[in-house]
Amino acid sequence: MALADLKQSATEARLAALTLPEGGCLSAARQAALSRVQTMGLPGRRDEYWKYTRPDTLTAAEVIKASVFVTDEEPMFSEFDRLKIVFVDGVYNAEASDDLSLEGVQIDRIADICCQDIHWAKDLYGVLEARGQAPVERPLAALNTAFAQDGVAIHVTGKPSKPINLVYVHSDEVSDAILHHVIRVEAGAEATILENGPAASRFNKCMEIDIADTGKLHLVRAQGRDHERRAATHLFARLGTESVFKSFTLTVNGVLTRNEAVVELLGDDAIAHIAGACVGDGEFHHDDTVFITHDAVNCESRQVFKKVLRNGATGVFQGKILVKEGAQKTDGYQISQSLLLDDDSQFLAKPELEIYADDVICSHGSTTGAIDEEALFYLRSRGVPVEEATDLLTLAFLAEAVEEVEDGDIAAAIVARLEGWLSRRR
Amino acid sequence: MLEIKNLHVKLEDEDKQILKGLDLTVEAGKVHAIMGPNGSGKSTLSYVLSGRDGYEVTDGSATLAGEDLLDLDPEERAALGVFLAFQYPVEIPGVGNMTFLRTAVNSQRKARGEEELSAADFLKTIRAKAKELKIDADMLKRPVNVGFSGGEKKRNEILQMAMLEPKMCILDETDSGLDVDAMKLVAEGVNALRDEGRGFLVITHYQRLLDHIKPDVVHILAGGKIVKTGGPELAMEVENNGYAGILAEVS
Repeated sequence: MALADLKQSATEARLAALTLPEGGCLSAARQAALSRVQTMGLPGRRDEYWKYTRPDTLTAAEVIKASVFVTDEEPMFSEFDRLKIVFVDGVYNAEASDDLSLEGVQIDRIADICCQDIHWAKDLYGVLEARGQAPVERPLAALNTAFAQDGVAIHVTGKPSKPINLVYVHSDEVSDAILHHVIRVEAGAEATILENGPAASRFNKCMEIDIADTGKLHLVRAQGRDHERRAATHLFARLGTESVFKSFTLTVNGVLTRNEAVVELLGDDAIAHIAGACVGDGEFHHDDTVFITHDAVNCESRQVFKKVLRNGATGVFQGKILVKEGAQKTDGYQISQSLLLDDDSQFLAKPELEIYADDVICSHGSTTGAIDEEALFYLRSRGVPVEEATDLLTLAFLAEAVEEVEDGDIAAAIVARLEGWLSRRR
Repeated sequence: MLEIKNLHVKLEDEDKQILKGLDLTVEAGKVHAIMGPNGSGKSTLSYVLSGRDGYEVTDGSATLAGEDLLDLDPEERAALGVFLAFQYPVEIPGVGNMTFLRTAVNSQRKARGEEELSAADFLKTIRAKAKELKIDADMLKRPVNVGFSGGEKKRNEILQMAMLEPKMCILDETDSGLDVDAMKLVAEGVNALRDEGRGFLVITHYQRLLDHIKPDVVHILAGGKIVKTGGPELAMEVENNGYAGILAEVS
């Protein structure tokens, strides 16, 4: 069978296992997304964009069993005052969730919006995802738009007093969750969204974020501690003039993770920071794929990704900065680094710059290395035991990424999780 | 305090013998200086005593207060009381100076079965000691040695020494890269630590550091051995006549 036919039959098998939600104001967006998937086909091993990460288990009709991680540890962000919205295996759980009313923000379930004829989310659902399909295709995101059963629409109109926490609980060993969120931040509004948990055995999540002029959004997520779970996530963001978007992702464990971020800076003086820290041991494949487009004057973008890998873990980074014609005074920065704690682990990086403006500053760097022996000896010579010294240096390596989290308390909570992960592996 | 007998050391990766039968005893309360030309093995001695990788001891012994040092890990030697002030203190981005020092102090206390220092006590002590060495609060907060001037790095070494209160202090060319004022400040810091229970081994090329840290005994190291031992006047002889004269005399 020809490659194209193989791809088509795999795509058809996957689509056959899903049911398209019908009716309501999102129906047209779902239909359009479905035809995008059918045209593109789901990603295959030969696709250039999937060169370093095998998509098979993310696209297969059958989901692979993943045991639920049992721990006494309080879930991430439990210590913070927050508005909690809980999904269990990808389904909204009203009992575990807080009341969705909060001043400065309107929150609706996607499942409810589906039944309505008019809703603001209609102008955003699937729109940024569709824009994000060029120049690189992202079929799993289109699949998500078409078939997502649940999710939330968050309309930020003011400055809510506490963060909104999307909690993704994994409870069924064989679960396949598809969630789609849309977030609109109005001019002058500002909010923090926290996400945590593995969500399901296999998680396909799509988040579309539209930030109006001067709006601000902070997004911090932790992808849970389950070892066997798989996740493909997409984040699409569109930024207006003087708006700010900062995203940080913490990944510990997980057999397969692909986090894509597609950001468009469309208004002058906008700022986008996308950062991530991951730590993996053994069966761990973690892929950050980022595409940032500068299409306005005097915008700033930062990509900071740090990966700590051991016992044969694999880290992937594909990051691109595209500076369009006229996007003068662009300040683009991209760094991806890995710390390999042994010879069996690997880091694959593909940094890209494509620049069509002549007055810009763009820098990028990618490194891979081991623990600095000089620094290790220095610490040990002061009495710090080798395991503790290694952990200190590992945390120091991750620090630049964690520093992207603006809220000091949240950053400290993330460092504490990383310390816990490291100390359990001594 | 420190007793080194017939120490033979070669590089691990190369067939190159560096120390060839070094004997040295540093008594508690005394300051011994080791001088010697480039390549005589001065830095190797400091690294071998503190436990750095890359060296192989082929013969001899080194003990601190009767405990064999050479089989121990660097952190174990530190807990026993060995401290090396580095010639080139290492920069560690991402690790705060204060965090580093508190971890070091408490790791050593833990290893010795002592109670860890509380955050409040630690802060009180470090502030007082930092002040004496003209180390400001900002330097304590910054990552270890990152962006420090040469003088600041050396002062930071002495601060660590003051906080860790080692039994045996080894100073490896602490004067390198220092101007006269900085050297005085560092020497004052070292002198403040001179104590009946503590030994010092000051490794230097030049006599000038010894103007400020007055040694009790001066050794000349050449070709991997101590070739001459004397009082402070020996340092003056080096200053006036260079090493050539002394080496010719002993050979």
